[in-house]
Amino acid sequence: MHKKLRLALIILLAASFIGVAAWYISTLPIAVLNPQGIIATKQYNLLVFTTLLGLVVVIPVFIMAIVIAWRYREGNHKARYTPDVSTNKLAETIWWGIPIVLILILSIVTWTSTHDLDPHKPLVSDVPAINIQVVALDWKWLFIYPDQGIATVNFVQFPVNTPVNFSITADAPMNSFWMPQLGGQIYAMAGMTTQLHISADAPGDYRGVSANISGEGFADMKFTARASSQTEFTQWLKTAKAAPQHLDTTAYEALRQQSIANPVAYYSHTERGLYDTIVMKYMMPASEDSESTGMQHQHEGMH
Amino acid sequence: MNLLEIILGKLSIDALPHESVTLGAGIGMTLGLLGLIGFVTYKKRWTWLWKEWFTSLDPKKIGTMYLIVGGLMMLRGFADVIMMRLQQALAVGDSTGLFPADTFQQVFSAHGTIMIFFVAMGLMFGIINLVIPLQIGARDVAFPFLNSVSFWLFVAGMVLINMPMVLGEFSAAGWLAYPPLSELEFSPGVGVDYWIWCLQIAGIGSLLSGVNFLVTIIKMRAPGMRLMKMPIFSWSVLVTMVMVIFAFPILTVTLTLLYLDRTMGMHFFTADGGGNMMMYVNLIWAWGHPEVYILVLPAFGIFSEVVATFSRKRLFGYVSMVWALFAIAFFSFIVWLHHFFTMGAGAGVNAFFGIMTMIIGIPTGVKIFNWLFTMFRGRIAFTSPMIWFMGFVFLFTLGGMTGVMLAVPGIDYQVHNSLFLVAHFHTMIISGVVFGFFAGITYWFPKIFGFTLHDGWGKIAAWLWSVGFVLAFGPLFVLGLMGATRRLNHYDESTGWQTLFIVAGVGAAIIGLGVLAQLIQIFVSVKARHARRDTTGDPWNGRTLEWSTVSPAPHYNYAVIPTVSERDPFWEAKQRPSAAAKHPLYTDFTMPKNTGVGVIIGALSIAVGFGAVWHIWWLAIAATLAIIITLIIRLSDDETEYTITAAEIEQLEIQHSHKEHHA
Repeated sequence: MHKKLRLALIILLAASFIGVAAWYISTLPIAVLNPQGIIATKQYNLLVFTTLLGLVVVIPVFIMAIVIAWRYREGNHKARYTPDVSTNKLAETIWWGIPIVLILILSIVTWTSTHDLDPHKPLVSDVPAINIQVVALDWKWLFIYPDQGIATVNFVQFPVNTPVNFSITADAPMNSFWMPQLGGQIYAMAGMTTQLHISADAPGDYRGVSANISGEGFADMKFTARASSQTEFTQWLKTAKAAPQHLDTTAYEALRQQSIANPVAYYSHTERGLYDTIVMKYMMPASEDSESTGMQHQHEGMH
Repeated sequence: MNLLEIILGKLSIDALPHESVTLGAGIGMTLGLLGLIGFVTYKKRWTWLWKEWFTSLDPKKIGTMYLIVGGLMMLRGFADVIMMRLQQALAVGDSTGLFPADTFQQVFSAHGTIMIFFVAMGLMFGIINLVIPLQIGARDVAFPFLNSVSFWLFVAGMVLINMPMVLGEFSAAGWLAYPPLSELEFSPGVGVDYWIWCLQIAGIGSLLSGVNFLVTIIKMRAPGMRLMKMPIFSWSVLVTMVMVIFAFPILTVTLTLLYLDRTMGMHFFTADGGGNMMMYVNLIWAWGHPEVYILVLPAFGIFSEVVATFSRKRLFGYVSMVWALFAIAFFSFIVWLHHFFTMGAGAGVNAFFGIMTMIIGIPTGVKIFNWLFTMFRGRIAFTSPMIWFMGFVFLFTLGGMTGVMLAVPGIDYQVHNSLFLVAHFHTMIISGVVFGFFAGITYWFPKIFGFTLHDGWGKIAAWLWSVGFVLAFGPLFVLGLMGATRRLNHYDESTGWQTLFIVAGVGAAIIGLGVLAQLIQIFVSVKARHARRDTTGDPWNGRTLEWSTVSPAPHYNYAVIPTVSERDPFWEAKQRPSAAAKHPLYTDFTMPKNTGVGVIIGALSIAVGFGAVWHIWWLAIAATLAIIITLIIRLSDDETEYTITAAEIEQLEIQHSHKEHHA
């Protein structure tokens, strides 16, 4: 009886702990579980589905573990004891079989969802998409609007319910571009372009981060992604176009120097083809004197 | 280049620590080391250490040394944990916490590297050394000298990874040092070179051990022990060693290429000059993913032995278990890309690697069911190894579920590189690998040392670790979903993360109490070792061969090599006691002599690594040549073994039985 009491106490403790934890967690703003964009919502649904499918195995295992451990404990002489049973074709077929079926289901879901959520795939919409080029620098995010000619640092704005086509590269160590409530995440790599297509459902300011360590200022490599109405967006473009700074080669060179927690900045004009130049300069043959300092031959690439 | 540069390379007075935290750690380590040296000198134990331990080729002694080094490194890695948890609990908003970014990044880079290479690998090879020869009914490993070399290479790597505390700096590029961050352009210091060389040297040791134990298991099993009659722990080690042999050369090559990039201006992984950083990421995970299974499969093997023994029942589904091991090993080599779905590969590629990853869940699930059905209709004694096992079942199953989630690329995009991922792999490695090794150490301890560990303290430790684990990593799962990425040295207050980070810190402190309980367990047990002596050689009512010899096992393991005819040979033998104990028929056999060559090679390897890190080329080249010469001398020595005659064995065996009667 004493043992049973102790077991009951442990279960009670665990249950109340889970209760308190669940209550506390429910009060938290959990970005991934509170998606605000079409991609993040699909990703959230996938997460819920997979969790439920996983629980189909996890819960029986937990129950079996508790029941078997309790029933066949050494002190319980009423329980059957069959020391020589070591195989049972039927039982083994069942537990090879059930996981195989579950994984088969999940494999089909994985195959279709991976194609559906391919970050390269443009979103289908009646609204024309907005193109934004993203450059990860040490340690800030540069956003170039090639069609509007403006550029921003650590802040990006786009209209709601509009597909946003991000092209992403880096002119720094590898970073990862992630907006937890809108979807993600994709690496930003020097000399390469990756893509991410998202669309925000609701207006708001969303956190954007780098998810991959890139050096000293990495923790401050954050940006705000603002989804606004079309009118507000047009208004914002006007303000940006009025900014005094231009992003030409010299300004870019100054910007790409290391800086931590860079303030938000606006550039009213961006040198045409700047993004492509940034990507392509890594494709240039290494010059004699440029051993390991990307700086010199970067100039060569620009001219 | 002036003379001083030729002699000292990049080494200068600046290399000494000048930042308070590192300085403190450096001074602490130096004082500790001096204290230890002083203690050994005072006790006049140097000769004993050298003769009985450092030069020993007995796998049980080498295994014990692995456990000691691994245990000490666990304390070092845990000190890193405390620093990380404090930093992340404190560094909110304007507060920078305890450390500047660079120091913090060195701390977590060291934590990961130490825990995987010098704790998990160390404990794993320790247990393998202690158990495998005994379990397969052999007197030794296939290549006893090579075994000693492997161990001392492991020690050399361990010395190099601790050196940055007093000389220079460690890598700040994370435990896998992705380029281009780890390239010279972004990490100009010696930190990444330390990282490269401690892994390079320890990694070669691991590869040599892999060859050694594969050959040992293939060639040296007791007569009659067909492969399908081999204990499941031996099976798990066999499969693991095959994986080591396939995986570790990839690591060696990858580290070499990175080093060439850094020192010779090559462009394997640089962003420019035709290099490709993702080539590195592919290669390092082509080693790194199998590595995770290299650690966990032996732990699975341990649990199989522990569960069968303490359930007093045959292992359920032996054949399934063997095939599951093979399936896991095979699939573990074709899933590496799931570590970087976010690289931007096509949907087809990502989906393939995702599905392959999920498939590993099938054989792993089968193993869990088989363990539970080993307990079913058994008579389960809940000793501390079983408590570790129960903790493992619950945590590992949950961790497995999160693993399947991460295997779906669509989900991975939202949790990759977040604390969700960090929590996932700690669940797998702590509950799977670490709990497994603790269970194994407790289980086989009496066979090696002749007395049992205190069970009560073991149970307390297992509970503290399990509860602490939930508190330490539960919050990280939630934080990850809140958008908290890994490796942040500070964050905004508006994120609302601080409470969860504090809870995680409390969890880590509870795990710390678990570690304390284990230290007390060892202390209490050693103190009462005479009372706790295992006089039977079979304290758990065991099933496999190792329990048929006396405890502690003599250095030759078995006076007469046993013959095997079934799976649980010792259990079966106990079920039908033979008519009368036959008079054993002793024969002469040879055993390897002790040798200090392993220690010398280890010391020279430190010199090679140190020279390579600091660009002291003369030292690196001279030490490499010295290693080659030492090896040639050793290999030319024909007098490496001695014979124990039948008469001597009879004497020794009589002594053993006397000791038992007196105890």
